[in-house]
Amino acid sequence: MENVGVCDEFVNLKATELRLGLPGTEDEKQKVSCGKSNKRALPETEKDIESTGKTETASPPKAQIVGWPPVRSYRKNSIQTKKNEAEGQGMYVKVSMDGAPYLRKIDLTMYKQYPELMKSLENMFKFSVGEYFEREGYKGSDFVPTYEDKDGDWMLVGDVPWEMFVSSCKRLRIMKGSEAKGLGCGV
Amino acid sequence: MDRRFPFKVLEHIFSFLDVNEDRNSVSMVCKSWFETERRTRKRVFVGNCYAVSPLKVARRFPKMRSLTLKGKPHFADYNLVPDGWGGYAWPWIEAMAARRPLLEEIRLKRMVVTDECLEKIAASFRDFKSLVLTSCEGFSTDGIAAVASTCRKLRDLELRECIVDDLGGDWLTYFPETSTSLASLDFSCLDSEVKLSDLERLLSRSPNLKSLKLNRSVTLDVLASLLRRAPQLVELGTGSFSDELDPEEISKLTKALSELKQLKSLSGLWDLLPEYIPVLYSVCPRLTSLNLSYATVQMPDLIDLLSRCSKLQKLWVMDLIEDKGLKTVALCCKELRELRVFPSGADLDETDVTLTEQGLVSVSEGCQKLESVLYFCVQFTNAALVSIAKNRPNFRCFRLCVMEPFAPDYRTQQPLDEGFKAIVERCKDLRRLSVSGLLTDKAFEYIGVHAKKLRMLSIAFAGDSDLMLHHLLSGCERLKKLEIRDCPFGDTALLENAAKLETMRSLWMSSCFVSFGACKQLSQKMPRLNVEVIDEHPPKTRPDSSPVERIYIYRTVAGPRQDTPEFVWTIHKNPEVGVSRLSIR
Repeated sequence: MENVGVCDEFVNLKATELRLGLPGTEDEKQKVSCGKSNKRALPETEKDIESTGKTETASPPKAQIVGWPPVRSYRKNSIQTKKNEAEGQGMYVKVSMDGAPYLRKIDLTMYKQYPELMKSLENMFKFSVGEYFEREGYKGSDFVPTYEDKDGDWMLVGDVPWEMFVSSCKRLRIMKGSEAKGLGCGV
Repeated sequence: MDRRFPFKVLEHIFSFLDVNEDRNSVSMVCKSWFETERRTRKRVFVGNCYAVSPLKVARRFPKMRSLTLKGKPHFADYNLVPDGWGGYAWPWIEAMAARRPLLEEIRLKRMVVTDECLEKIAASFRDFKSLVLTSCEGFSTDGIAAVASTCRKLRDLELRECIVDDLGGDWLTYFPETSTSLASLDFSCLDSEVKLSDLERLLSRSPNLKSLKLNRSVTLDVLASLLRRAPQLVELGTGSFSDELDPEEISKLTKALSELKQLKSLSGLWDLLPEYIPVLYSVCPRLTSLNLSYATVQMPDLIDLLSRCSKLQKLWVMDLIEDKGLKTVALCCKELRELRVFPSGADLDETDVTLTEQGLVSVSEGCQKLESVLYFCVQFTNAALVSIAKNRPNFRCFRLCVMEPFAPDYRTQQPLDEGFKAIVERCKDLRRLSVSGLLTDKAFEYIGVHAKKLRMLSIAFAGDSDLMLHHLLSGCERLKKLEIRDCPFGDTALLENAAKLETMRSLWMSSCFVSFGACKQLSQKMPRLNVEVIDEHPPKTRPDSSPVERIYIYRTVAGPRQDTPEFVWTIHKNPEVGVSRLSIR
């Protein structure tokens, strides 16, 4: 979370640069201030930080147990080389849903626009996301799709132009319940 | 006794005994039966290379034609045994070379095999026919070349998942032009390319070749040409299945595969592309064994393939098959006896497929002959285990790996005790079991009470106390191999059940709470056990209360081994330390 502050400074410098074209249509390194102002007022409560913190710290210990899961190194190595080759192309981001026992990975370059992405997520996790309203967020469902952008902020999926979303999305999280309300409701 | 059954008659009767367990029983009846049996045993199996000395084995079985040896403990497969621990083939090869020159077959598993060993084999056994190395390491392709060039009657050369110092594909050229005896060749674990022309020539002059397993470097565009030279193949392991082929090449490959009328087993299929699946259609109806565990193919394509494999008995696949794919297997593969489902993501949080407990439930319902399972899954439920047990009481091998350590039943949040209870209660013939998920001592009480035929048990992240170990060691009568990691028991159960350890082949424990003092006590108490403390970073001074990283205990009549590395402690290394401490007390 401290890193976010450092990034903010860099981002603001870039923000004063004059550029042509929509953000996200060029270099990934582009980060424009108008993107920031579109962010909904996140309830930057401790609860929120805590929950993202949980997602952060939950993963590492699992991956570090020696010899676990019990898969022969021969097999692990075969799969690993395959993965490294595959991940050269595409923009893979992890997707988690509150309450689901496993994470998934999707390639954002496989989708052209938000509706396609939402449909895919709905199929993957067997849920419905309701209807998206520009000012009010998602209505008609307990589930709210959010994503973490390069600043480390959690944004509502759909708030920014698609290209900008693809270039700035680090991971997706389908929130459920009361946390979702904070994001889902209008500014 | 001797008058009623002259040696020749006994010998003739014993010649019908194939199974070594029977032979072992027979040899314990009386001295003359022991003598007759040992003079007639041709296939010798040694489950732990340190349990007996090579010299003794060589002397005991003068008619030995085949020797099978196992070295490192099973958990070495998962990097839990440090390099250099042991399991050297050399003393065995040396002893056999000197005393049993008529040896024809050597099969080694988890052993360190050097080029010197392979050269010795090539030079010493004039009728040598069969070399099968599984999960071995320490040799290079030079050693393979020595065997290929010198063993004129070589029939089988199989390198299964070995770690080989691959110096290039030249080894293949060392098979003499005149040799036509090859029946089985497996070089799937080698990295480097072999020359196509060398391989083609070898296949052309090997009419007896029934099993061929290529390595990944053999590209798809040459496969048709190879298969045309070996239409009699029963087992095929392809190379990489992903290169771009033009329509003519695809058609040639399809034809070449369809010509393999005897083909029963298919493996390899690295990087299998969905568009090439139709190429395999012609072989599917005859297949009894299919290994798709290196093919990162998605569920719809897997269904396409598997729905045509009605004779399938053995299926290895990745979790990409998902529950839906396993449902298809349940419907279409009614002959299935063995199923293994491997994780496609090496780390836990990369599990991005819908494979749940339901997949295994479906297969257990639909496949009545299913008796062996290895299943990796993120979480599980007791209800599923109970269903599975009810459906399939004929399980002989049940290995469930719930990948999340300490994961309870995700619906009820209860431990998986009741689920595994159902398994051991119903599956009376269970020989091998791996448990996982959240388990209390109760689970092990159930296992101790019910799993009377259990031979091998693997446990990780389970149990509450010493009771767990006590239940197992006092309950499972036929237990031969027990391997445990990261469980919270200590010294008491181990010391109380010390006598049991002499009836077992081995016990492995790592990251538990066994103290150094207990290891010393056990060593003192049980001279016919080798108690090895394996600490990768051995401390200078070891107080008795300090927990040890790993212990490997095995029965032996060979006494202490002479080849222990620095990080392996046995009481024989510094007996005076053990003795003096005890006398102070």
